[in-house]
This record gives sequence, structure tokens and C-alpha cells, in this order.
Amino acid sequence: MAMEARQIEDLIRAAFPDAKVTITDLAGDGNHYAAEVIDESFRGQNRVQQQRAVYAALKGKMDGPAGELHALALTTKAPE
Amino acid sequence: MNDPNELAADAINALGTGREPAKDKTMTAQDQIKETVTGNDVVLFMKGTKAMPQCGFSSRVAGVLNFMGVEFADVNVLEDDAIRQGIKDYSDWPTVPQLYVKGEFVGGCDIVTEMTLSGELDQLFDDKGVTYDKDAAEKIREANS
Repeated sequence: MAMEARQIEDLIRAAFPDAKVTITDLAGDGNHYAAEVIDESFRGQNRVQQQRAVYAALKGKMDGPAGELHALALTTKAPE
Repeated sequence: MNDPNELAADAINALGTGREPAKDKTMTAQDQIKETVTGNDVVLFMKGTKAMPQCGFSSRVAGVLNFMGVEFADVNVLEDDAIRQGIKDYSDWPTVPQLYVKGEFVGGCDIVTEMTLSGELDQLFDDKGVTYDKDAAEKIREANS
């Protein structure tokens, strides 16, 4: 099942209200997205910690064969 | 590579003792994962094998490691549903591939790619005493600059 870019952005924004969120639909199939999330809360965290927090915000949408999102390329960082 | 003689010996053993060959089924997936990541310097949990990856993301990470001449153990999660789910619980990370160096979870495809291009992966291998081909790593960076 595919997901809209808007839904992904909403889920991320709900967890990171002040973040700069950019979603790109990579393949145009609603299944392969890239998300860049820039948030102050990431400062001092390593990438694994940052991206774990984003995955948590997506509440299992990435999970398993039944997951709605097959592929989300994540980039996370704190603001410059 | 499995040695055919060893496999045969295993099978004969199993006949004699009633034990399963090769793998101890009483181990839980978490035990198996722990043993694998602590027993090997570099481990990649992936879809498919390093010789024949079955997903683009797994293929990319395996390709980087292969190209950099890193010796690593590959675990095909498609062969075992308990491991496929278990590895996600183990690292609290929802996706495969997952790279482990000296027992420590490094990241998935995006993180490994970023670290390769920034040189952080070289640094990690240096710090952890993992052998790799520095020139190959530079070539990857040149090709992607």
C-alpha cells in the first residue's frame, strides 16, 4: 500500500513540530521517498539516534512486508 | 563456503544423536544474533547474500564493503523469519540492511552511504582495527564527488 508524501510529512511534523522537513518522491510510485529532517533536537545525537527518533515518529509504517512504506531514504541533522 | 564433507559428517552425526545438524534450534533468535555480531568483526544483515543481494539497499552496502575489501559475515534475513524480525528488535531499527562492527550497530544504508562519502567509515574501521583498502574508499569518494 502506498503512502502520500503529505502523510509522511505530517507524521514527522507531529513529532518534530519545529523541524525543517523535505520529502521527495524518488520514483513517483508512492513507495520510495527521501526525507530530510533538520531539527534542533538532533544536536549532540549520532545518526543512529536521530534516525531512530524519526522512525519512531513514523509509527511502524516502515515495518515488514505489510509496511506501507517500502523505502525511505533518511537524512537527519541539526541546523547549521 | 560449506565443505561438502563437513556437511555429510554433520548429517551422519545428526542421524546418530538425533540432533539437528549445524544449527542448535534451542537458541533463540536474539541469542543467535548476539553470537553472530559478537563473534565476527564485521557483520551485515541483509536481504540476499553478499554474492547475490536481493534488494537495492542491501546491494549498495554489500557493494561498498566488497569494493573496500572488507572481510564480513553476511546474514540473509530472507532465509529466517525469526532473524528477520529479531534483528529489528535487537537494534531497535526497523529496516534491513544493518551493519555491525565489533558488536556495535553502525546503521543502515543511508548512514553507511553518508559515512563512506564523508570518510567516517574509514575512521571507524581504523579505530576498530578492521582491515580495508583505503585506496578503494578514496575511489568511491572520487566517483561520487
